[in-house]
Amino acid sequence: MLRCTALTKTYRSGGRDLTVLNDITFSVEPGGFAAIVGPSGSGKTTLLGLLAGLDRPTAGTVHLDGQELGALDEDARARMRGEKIGFVFQSFQLIPTLTARENIQVPLELRGEEAGARAADLLERVGLGDRGHHYPAQLSGGEQQRVALARAFSTGPKVLFADEPTGNLDARTGASIIDLMVDLNRDLGTTLVLVTHDLDLAARARRTIRLADGRIVADTAA
Amino acid sequence: MTSLGFALRMAAREVRASPRRLLLLTASVAVGVAALVAINSFTANLRDSVRRQAQGLLGADLSLESRQPLPAVAERLIDTLVSRGAKEARVTNFSAMGYVPRTDGTRLVQVAAIRGGYPFYGEIRTDPESAWSTLQRGRHAVVDPALLAALRSRVGDTLALGEARFVITGTVASAPGNVGLRAAFGPRVYIPARYLQETGLLGFGARAEYEAYLRLPGSIAAQAIARERGPTLRAERVRVRTVEDDRERLNETLSRLTGYLGLVALIALLLGGIGVASAVVVFIRQRMDTIAVLRCLGATGGRVLGVYGAEAAGMALAGSLLGAAAGVLFQQALPGLLSDLLPVDVETSVSWSAIALGVGMGLWVASVFALFPLLAVRRVPPLAALRREYETDSMPRDPWRWLVALALAASTVALASLQVGSGRQGAVFAGGVAVALLVLWASSWALVRAARRWLPGGLPYLWRQGLSNLHRPSNQTVTVVLAIGFGAFLLGTLILVQLNLLDQLRLTGGPARPNLVLFDIQPDQLPTVERSLREAGLSASDPVPIVPMRIASVKGRPVQRMLADTGQNAAWALRREYRSTYRDSLVSSERLAAGAWWTPRAAGSDGRNGYRISVESGLAEEIGVGVGDEIVWDVQGIRIPTRVASLREVDWARFEPNFFVVFEPGSLEGAPHTLVTLTRIDRPTDRGAFQRLLAERLPNVTTLDLSVVQEALERLVDRVVLAIRFMAGFTLGTGTLVLVGALATSRFQRIREGALLRTLGATRSQIFRIVLAEYFALGAMAAAVAALLSLAAAWALAKWVFEGRFSPQPMSLAALVLGVVSLTVLVGLLNSREVIRRTPLEVLRGE
Repeated sequence: MLRCTALTKTYRSGGRDLTVLNDITFSVEPGGFAAIVGPSGSGKTTLLGLLAGLDRPTAGTVHLDGQELGALDEDARARMRGEKIGFVFQSFQLIPTLTARENIQVPLELRGEEAGARAADLLERVGLGDRGHHYPAQLSGGEQQRVALARAFSTGPKVLFADEPTGNLDARTGASIIDLMVDLNRDLGTTLVLVTHDLDLAARARRTIRLADGRIVADTAA
Repeated sequence: MTSLGFALRMAAREVRASPRRLLLLTASVAVGVAALVAINSFTANLRDSVRRQAQGLLGADLSLESRQPLPAVAERLIDTLVSRGAKEARVTNFSAMGYVPRTDGTRLVQVAAIRGGYPFYGEIRTDPESAWSTLQRGRHAVVDPALLAALRSRVGDTLALGEARFVITGTVASAPGNVGLRAAFGPRVYIPARYLQETGLLGFGARAEYEAYLRLPGSIAAQAIARERGPTLRAERVRVRTVEDDRERLNETLSRLTGYLGLVALIALLLGGIGVASAVVVFIRQRMDTIAVLRCLGATGGRVLGVYGAEAAGMALAGSLLGAAAGVLFQQALPGLLSDLLPVDVETSVSWSAIALGVGMGLWVASVFALFPLLAVRRVPPLAALRREYETDSMPRDPWRWLVALALAASTVALASLQVGSGRQGAVFAGGVAVALLVLWASSWALVRAARRWLPGGLPYLWRQGLSNLHRPSNQTVTVVLAIGFGAFLLGTLILVQLNLLDQLRLTGGPARPNLVLFDIQPDQLPTVERSLREAGLSASDPVPIVPMRIASVKGRPVQRMLADTGQNAAWALRREYRSTYRDSLVSSERLAAGAWWTPRAAGSDGRNGYRISVESGLAEEIGVGVGDEIVWDVQGIRIPTRVASLREVDWARFEPNFFVVFEPGSLEGAPHTLVTLTRIDRPTDRGAFQRLLAERLPNVTTLDLSVVQEALERLVDRVVLAIRFMAGFTLGTGTLVLVGALATSRFQRIREGALLRTLGATRSQIFRIVLAEYFALGAMAAAVAALLSLAAAWALAKWVFEGRFSPQPMSLAALVLGVVSLTVLVGLLNSREVIRRTPLEVLRGE
């Protein structure tokens, strides 16, 4: 489902080249659940960005659902994100001017689909059936992340990328979010890629890829 | 759902969630559109009124006018037309001293001696109503109410005009086409023409205008007569007017007036464009996260642009509609402001075309200006949703920006041309705007460099901190200097032009300047005049001789032939009566522009080969002569050949005896002439008494009280200035909005910086002083550059448009600079008050 080969990312900073990721190669099978872990600065988020086609690698390739991302231009990658990829962010990233329900509808509307019924379904599913008309600011952190999760699943993505999804939540709320992700992974067969530095959370994944200084230092299956 | 549907739906949701967020954009558009709709609606009303009232303005279908009694060719035409069913009326206009014996009041008046049923169209309303219809029944006079007031007189009094006596039977309530400036030189007096002879006033040298008015039967077209007979009549110095010509001429003149007012409105709108742009910059900065998320969710750059473009356009449309509604309200005020300047009564009515044009222009200008910052949303990387501190340094140049810039420039030229009705002037206007912006941009860039390079290390820390803000990343120097500077530049130019115009009109300024002019003194009356002056203890200037004459030929071409084939403008210069003088030196209001002033002729040589003359340079250009060219003059039937020896520039604004043509001494001494002399009498009552005395002794000598003219002129200029100020008020309004907008672009960063500084131990007053330093520098830079720019612009306008002298008015400019700096600092401090109000933790957490 997801395969990266010899992935390298170099930034130019202060006149010097800074290699953030160095020769990363791995793949995740359909329906898999992988956690990318490592200390801050190890290149986790950069890797996630490259895998999701949010940025271009300096060298190497990413294949997502059989499509090489480097071969697509920015607009084509945007369409690919809309069709096959879901995101969950540490800071939730709900659009503050839209209600919970409208936030969930956006990806479908971008495709030109009517999304009202599906959004209601998903809200129900994440346990917020009666909060659809609330704005993000009126929801707690956990509730916001559940809306974000519903939004990520609204298009039935092939892969869901999550960047520290529990980083801004207390332990109990975080655990319930992970439960929800695991459930959805199981029910819908969505591939999950999770970036975290929380080892308890990583333990829930079926596979753990450990990064340090831009290289894979361990790749273990649970 | 289509792309458009998505964009509209998202835009609507954004507006619903925070409708006030783009308020600044809406307001920036609204003010400019209000100004445009007000002035353009007014123009439409004006055209409408001219169309409906033109016939009443002329009072007939056709009129023939001449400075001499109408020549035979004109009389024959009138006879023919009358025999074919036309109705005829005659009016003779001239100036004279009106004198009311009962109150001992004297005043220069404009007499109109009426014969026949003038006016055929429109009406002269009088009080009492019957006064006009009974005017012809005896020695009656109907007068301007201003005359009664000036002479402390009333209906029923006797009015003396020259040797004749009239009974004032009523006052004029309204007469078509009576405009302020004309009344400034003397209130009107209507009398029956058959008593004209009795006054004895139309003797030699008197200036009079002879007019014939004709109402034509339906079978005769005025326009056709004007076309067929025009050339012959013009060659005989007869001016032909028709309703159609009048209408065109009026429309042209009035459009020029309203066109320039419209330009001020356009400036307000364009300035609003800057406000729109900064509102969008702020807006996008707040929307960064949302945009990045939308990109993550699969929206292409184009679709994101669509969402925010639709939102900006929607708010701009709301602003335009709001502005149009306000414009319709302001429109009601314009006729009152301009009524003294207009020959027609303007009825206001809603002009849908002006509204549509205003809304269209508002929407267009706002969209183009908004597009500049909006283009950047296409480039917001989805990665920004993952890492806030994502660097955008490697963003390549966007070729679309050039396209938008081009559209912006083209729009400015097109809109200005549309507003002034001339492509060339539109381009000049746009060029001026571009130069001003360029200079402002360059100086703001210089300010940034200077702040980075040459900030003196010895400055107190707070000043260094504040001034460093001028060059730090995402500084606001360029935007603020552009916005404030441009607004101040426009304002400064308006102020300078206005003060300079008023300066030129100061006729009696200075204690030694004469304020009373004595005209039409016959040579044999000079001893009486001099005796009267002596008795009153007055000194007067040397009497200046005036010889009336006409042009007979120019460079060998008879003027009749030239008149038959030139247009209206030059025709007037060829047809008019010149009142020339002779003297041996230049006077203080003159300057030699070309050629040489004459030296006394060698004994024995005379003017047989042409006397030397000096011609005013504007006139020389008009009739196409230069130094060395020959002009033959017709002086009371005698041909006098002359050669142009020099050209002079004359400052006409100085109310001194100025002349288009000056002859060398020895040329005109034998010709019949009248004399003019000037004197000064300080107290108005003494002035009145002397005028009275002279009117009794020498009824044909007219005296013009310059201070009365001065007051009337100042009243008129005040009206124009008021109208311009009214329109400039819109510019000032948008300027303030733009300032607020420009400062808002960096507000969030400022708040955060302030919070950090406070966390590190800065007190509130220290932060205030940092802010003060920065905004003082910004305001001072913008104001100083703007002052220089407006000096240049006002000088150019004075030189090429108003053709007058220019003085830089340093006090007013200093006041402007001070005002702009204070305003900038004030808005800057208000803008930063949140830094003080909110606790540092609140701010830092809000991240």
